[in-house]
Amino acid sequence: MNLVQSSKLVAMLAGVMMLAACAGGSDTNTGPVDTGPSYAAGSQEAFLDAVGARGDHVYFAFNRYDLNGQAQAALGQQAAWLMQNPSATVRVAGNCDERGTREYNLALGARRANSVKDYLVSLGVDPSRVETISYGKERPECIASNEECWAINRNGVTSVTNGPSS
Amino acid sequence: MLELKTKRCNGMKGCAILIALFGLLVAPVQAQEPLHVDITEGRVDPLPIAVPDFIGKDRREISAGSSLASVITNNLKRSGLFQPIDPRAFIERPSDFDTLPRFQDWRIIDSDALVTGQVVYQDDGRIRVEFRLWDVVRDQQMVGKRYYTTPENYRRVAHLISDEIYERLTGETGYFDTRVVYVQESGPKNNRRKRLAIMDQDGFNSAFLTDGNNLVMTPRFSPTSQEIAYLSYVNDNPRVFLLNIETGQQEVVGDFPGMTFAPRFSPGGDKIIMSLERRGNSDIYTMDLVKRRSTRLTDHPAIDTSPSYSPDGRYITFNSDRSGRQQIYVMRSDGTDVRRISFGEGKYATPVWSPRGDLIAFTKILKGRFYIGVMRPDGDPKTERLLTESFLDEGPTWSPNGRVLMFFRQTPSEVDGSGGTVRLWSVDLTGYNLRPVATPGDASDPAWSPLIK
Repeated sequence: MNLVQSSKLVAMLAGVMMLAACAGGSDTNTGPVDTGPSYAAGSQEAFLDAVGARGDHVYFAFNRYDLNGQAQAALGQQAAWLMQNPSATVRVAGNCDERGTREYNLALGARRANSVKDYLVSLGVDPSRVETISYGKERPECIASNEECWAINRNGVTSVTNGPSS
Repeated sequence: MLELKTKRCNGMKGCAILIALFGLLVAPVQAQEPLHVDITEGRVDPLPIAVPDFIGKDRREISAGSSLASVITNNLKRSGLFQPIDPRAFIERPSDFDTLPRFQDWRIIDSDALVTGQVVYQDDGRIRVEFRLWDVVRDQQMVGKRYYTTPENYRRVAHLISDEIYERLTGETGYFDTRVVYVQESGPKNNRRKRLAIMDQDGFNSAFLTDGNNLVMTPRFSPTSQEIAYLSYVNDNPRVFLLNIETGQQEVVGDFPGMTFAPRFSPGGDKIIMSLERRGNSDIYTMDLVKRRSTRLTDHPAIDTSPSYSPDGRYITFNSDRSGRQQIYVMRSDGTDVRRISFGEGKYATPVWSPRGDLIAFTKILKGRFYIGVMRPDGDPKTERLLTESFLDEGPTWSPNGRVLMFFRQTPSEVDGSGGTVRLWSVDLTGYNLRPVATPGDASDPAWSPLIK
């Protein structure tokens, strides 16, 4: 069991790093010097810029909804941004891989989203600012049927719901 | 005429069918066991049966007669209990519906049963369809019936005739005059569009029920009305909805502070049983559709979902991970006396009580493979039987006679986006008769209707 879990963790981390590498080219702001960011404070873009590439995501082990150290670090960044932008509200979506049954995965996705919410609240974020939703296995980001994709798809994703649109 | 009754419509306009049972054509009786297919014992030898084209006088009657025979043949073949004989082997070509068949001509080609019929266009534009089922071994008519309907409704009549044949030869209620509600899927896996759709059990007459703007899943038929309970993400709020398939009217079920999902009707059709998720935890509730009152049935920090009533309404089976992993449980319908019934290797999910009450169908996950299986509600591990296996088989639904299961099967997806098809399949309780169900595109979450009244 330990072996299986650790191999899954390796696969998951590999997946995260792969995605981080992919996203690396697109999040640099290439506008003229000294004009600052082109997005409004408190917006989804500002949030993504603050938390870093894939910092809006936390990842879960198979059939689990507890947060590992990496997830807690990411949520620390999210909470810091939320404290600096007190009018922003967010929604956390809980997602699962395709290796479970549909209805159970809806329930598991809800647990994952609430794990994220509970942790943000424990860091001082007002619970009324964080809503949750579960998509179960309905919204995979990575489409292949392999361990790498499944690790990527077991996630909680935070997004700003009331920010100024850009 | 010995019997006269009408069949209701099921969400289709102008489809009333008048049915009459008429007298027997008599032939000399021989003392032999009547024809019977035993469907309760493991693998059965399919019964050879001949279904020649129904007789017609002119081109349109002959065409309708051929279509009727073809629908009936397909139903009987798909059941796995009958082996329709290739029409090219037929010696007699029936030309007069009201004379006895030449039984020896059918015995020579090893047919045990024979279906004859005719189609007559009436002056009022309707068609009259008649059929007789013959026991070729005993030279006897087993049943004969007459139906009046509109010409475009011929498939429905063919399903009713198929049910009569099935019932006479197996002693069990048929399931051909039924429909299936399901989720039609399209688009890439990471941007899937899902729509509710409904079709006849043989995959024909598929029609959409929703427009695809909202994510929908897990539709279930009411046992008593033309309503479907399902999960919809209207305004990104996952809630259980009711849809009337005759009027198209939709309404949300109750006013709950969290996600409601995994709905099913009570056997009386007056309640919805489902999961309600609050602060991440899912428990089982009922919603009385008449009194508009909800009742909590489980209160446990584990996931409790996928509830399904026993046909007598006294018990509920459901899925819970309170033991540490997904298992199947049974409790009384008031939520007391909870006991686990799945004890095999692996995880168990999606329990569904058979309409006969004798079995619970489930999805099993073991070592990365998915199975559809059945077990007895008393939880005796020796009664567990696995019927199918693949990369992903999920979500069984029972035929109304409790003899066939339909489910969906997903294939693995490749990195380039190929694969990942999702299709409906059926399998009977012997496990030998596994067949794809034709749908216009990808399809999941099938739910079988009760017999159409």
